[in-house]
Amino acid sequence: MSASEPSVTPELAAAHGLKPDEYQRILDLIGRAPTFTELGVFSAMWNEHCSYKSSRLHLRRLPTKAPWVIQGPGENAGIIDIGDGDACVFKMESHNHPSYIEPFQGAATGVGGILRDVFTMGARPVACLNLLRFGEPDHAKTRHLVAGVVAGIGSYGNSFGVPTVAGSTNFGKGYNGNILVNAMAVGIARADEIFYAKATGIGNPIVYLGSKTGRDGIHGATMASASFEADSEDKRPTVQVGDPFTEKLLLEACLELMRTGAVIAIQDMGAAGLTSSAVEMGAKGDLGIELDLDAAPCREPGMSAYEMLLSESQERMLMVLDPGKEAAAEAVFRKWGLDFKIIGKTTDTLRFVVKHEGEIKADLPIKELGDCAPLYDRPHEASPKLPRLLAVDVEAPVPDAEALLALLGTPDLCSSRWIWEQYDHLILGNTIEAPGGDAAVIRIKDGPKGLALTADVTQRYCAADPYEGGKQAVAEAWRNLTAAGALPLAATDNLNFGNPEKPAVMGQFVGCIDGIGDACRALDFPIVSGNVSLYNESSGQAIPPTPSIGGVGVIADVSLAASIAIKREGDAILLIGPAEGWLGQSLYLRDVCGLEEGAPPPVDLALERRNGDFVRRLIAQGTVNAAHDVSDGGLAVALAEMALAGAIGASLALPDTLPSHGFLFGEDQARYIVTAAPAAVDAILREAERAGVVCAALGATGGDALTLGAGTPIFLSELRKAHETWLPTFMD
Amino acid sequence: MNAAIILFPGSNREGDAFRALAASGARPALVWHRETHLPPKTDLVVLPGGFSYGDYLRCGAIAARESIMDAVRAHAARGGLVLGICNGFQILVESGLLPGVLMRNAKLRFICRMQHLRVERNDTPFASAYARGQIIKVAIAHGEGNYIADSETIARIEGDGRVAFRYCGANGEADNPNGSINDIAGIYSKGFNVLGLMPHPENLVDALVGGTDGRGLFESLATFARPAA
Repeated sequence: MSASEPSVTPELAAAHGLKPDEYQRILDLIGRAPTFTELGVFSAMWNEHCSYKSSRLHLRRLPTKAPWVIQGPGENAGIIDIGDGDACVFKMESHNHPSYIEPFQGAATGVGGILRDVFTMGARPVACLNLLRFGEPDHAKTRHLVAGVVAGIGSYGNSFGVPTVAGSTNFGKGYNGNILVNAMAVGIARADEIFYAKATGIGNPIVYLGSKTGRDGIHGATMASASFEADSEDKRPTVQVGDPFTEKLLLEACLELMRTGAVIAIQDMGAAGLTSSAVEMGAKGDLGIELDLDAAPCREPGMSAYEMLLSESQERMLMVLDPGKEAAAEAVFRKWGLDFKIIGKTTDTLRFVVKHEGEIKADLPIKELGDCAPLYDRPHEASPKLPRLLAVDVEAPVPDAEALLALLGTPDLCSSRWIWEQYDHLILGNTIEAPGGDAAVIRIKDGPKGLALTADVTQRYCAADPYEGGKQAVAEAWRNLTAAGALPLAATDNLNFGNPEKPAVMGQFVGCIDGIGDACRALDFPIVSGNVSLYNESSGQAIPPTPSIGGVGVIADVSLAASIAIKREGDAILLIGPAEGWLGQSLYLRDVCGLEEGAPPPVDLALERRNGDFVRRLIAQGTVNAAHDVSDGGLAVALAEMALAGAIGASLALPDTLPSHGFLFGEDQARYIVTAAPAAVDAILREAERAGVVCAALGATGGDALTLGAGTPIFLSELRKAHETWLPTFMD
Repeated sequence: MNAAIILFPGSNREGDAFRALAASGARPALVWHRETHLPPKTDLVVLPGGFSYGDYLRCGAIAARESIMDAVRAHAARGGLVLGICNGFQILVESGLLPGVLMRNAKLRFICRMQHLRVERNDTPFASAYARGQIIKVAIAHGEGNYIADSETIARIEGDGRVAFRYCGANGEADNPNGSINDIAGIYSKGFNVLGLMPHPENLVDALVGGTDGRGLFESLATFARPAA
């Protein structure tokens, strides 16, 4: 072994993020002290980010199968069958830690990484989404982080050429020290032309493709597996730098090469770079991998094996090629001006062997690198249950109209136009429903089929009751797809939590997983891919539990998709689902009353399904002219959004069974507002009754104001000003 | 109408342009940037939107120096039609086929939204399907669309009536998204056979996807009779 490498000690192992028992496990596994390079490999493979050592045990409880699931979790992305021989490939992934350290590049490379996961499988990306959580607006870093993250997401997607069609952004104190940047990519492939990471055949060439390897992002995955202390600035060198232009070339070159039939297996180099991609390809195929790093394309001379193996330089791929087709494959990559180097071969030894400068730098059992990664059943404590809080328990501090205007102008409910106008959401010419509604709707090729896409989570519910919050995140994604007229098919989850070594945080994780699992089972909405991001903590303060759910639904004919905009004057307004005036953890309670109390609204999954199926049927029949789910801010906010989107007012009658603020701002679940021609109302009400669905006609559309019961009308111009002002004023 | 869409490595709206041309009855073909000649009987060259070479420094500067651009310049010199959309407009000014430059948007941010334009004249091969003064809704999606030139050049462009489209609001009121001088969204060459514009008419050709106001440009081109050679 090279004299220039440090000798490995328990202290050095600890500095690599390996706990004493984990280091002992390495010693037991290989029967000797690892080399410095091998220590690097273990730290890359066994950190939380790559090994899922705290979460694996619990993730197993999630439902992942359905007749339409082609590929569940465990590959680069999940795949579902969307009919006609088409498959939808999608996944959501976090880039939280890097985005806090360096927001532009952190967010940009988050988008780049998730796009690679999708096109690695042979799919052409057709849409991106994101879910962002920032600290409170008056925190010193928030503006800088919003500006950088949004510009970074935009720069990558815009240049790559994929529309960014939907997202969710909000703000809260809990994210002051750890923002969340969750990026989702969606691609379309032919169902019989999908590529996997599993290597096959012995002696087949392993090819390095894409950008050269540099010294950026070394130990990025390890950094992402630790909490921040006061030193996050010092971690900037662990953040990678993105090059969307090269990624675009890589996409075109990979898809072109795949069409030649030369590709046996393919894996992108993401977290833990070359190490992770090579080990995964070998381990999945029950093969050994031998790499000779002398051939690896490097940006600068003098890079050690350790650095090359741990670099997280972007826009790189590893492929196993059909022997004999190397020249044809190389020609494709040369055409696109990308590096192409054979750097190794598959073997029958089941070992991961790395050579560099005539020495063997690593020789490790390949299966054990993955399979023998530590698995922890961490102690977990359930969160205490909070009391129900209904409208009768809460006094309205201001008139309802004033509350509505205030809510529409809050950071969490205001228009996010300032953000999504920085994303090219129109490229490819298939965006039917742009950002700003419930779910985005994109057409597939020339149609008429389309996809509905959404990303959701309500972290204040998850913090108050992880189980109900987990259920609600799934239900809301499912509901948003339904409100667009789509049949929800599957979801991807991005589980963002604090330090799992703390029983309270682990309890939140377990609770959310159980909620997500129950909701996915009840709604036939399996989780097909996902990502876990733990250690979102700064100086001991964890983020609120934030299990983001990215949902995908299919719509047979996009011309029948529903949108939230009121289309016509004189339509009837109908509320689907019961109103109980649930104010616990509502935005009304928090932002109007200044209280963060009570249990979140419970999600009745049977009701959710019944109401959603009913709304979807109405949309498919063409009976309704607009549809919107009722979520944050309740009925009044939902109706205001519909009025603003359509530039048509509405008036609403208030029932006397509930205090008006409970009816207007309660966040009871499983609810939708639809509008329909007055002549259709009787039939809708009859159909609702037959289906066992609570449905009530509440008012009519028309005019240039929103009138809530006997309250003063609020002009749409006032509402629009409240809705559109906050974010641009904050940012500009 | 035979259209050659030049495909640079970082072009990304070539498919949108292809679809819009084909729907209007033109015959589009993709031409790889390493080619040195245009396909025979090319009537129209389209430089599509995108980030031709990543465009990390001056947008379009590298693309403008490719050998295929010599063929495009020769085509334009013969009076052939050239349409540069967004990055294509940037390439046209970088290659000297149109005057001026496109700077970063006034607010220094990328902006993607629906935008209204006023059609300044309709007696050109690109705008005959529109009425003069018509206000159309198209998409914009760019970070560097802030058109500027020295005052002499601007005076000449305006004097020659070479402004093709100006940014405006739905009712013709002022609404300039990027700070470009005189609200210029697109300009013609002296011979009116080269058009560069920042907006994306190719994304407004379908009632389901935002509207059809962009169709006019492609229909104008498709019906334009090739002048006798």
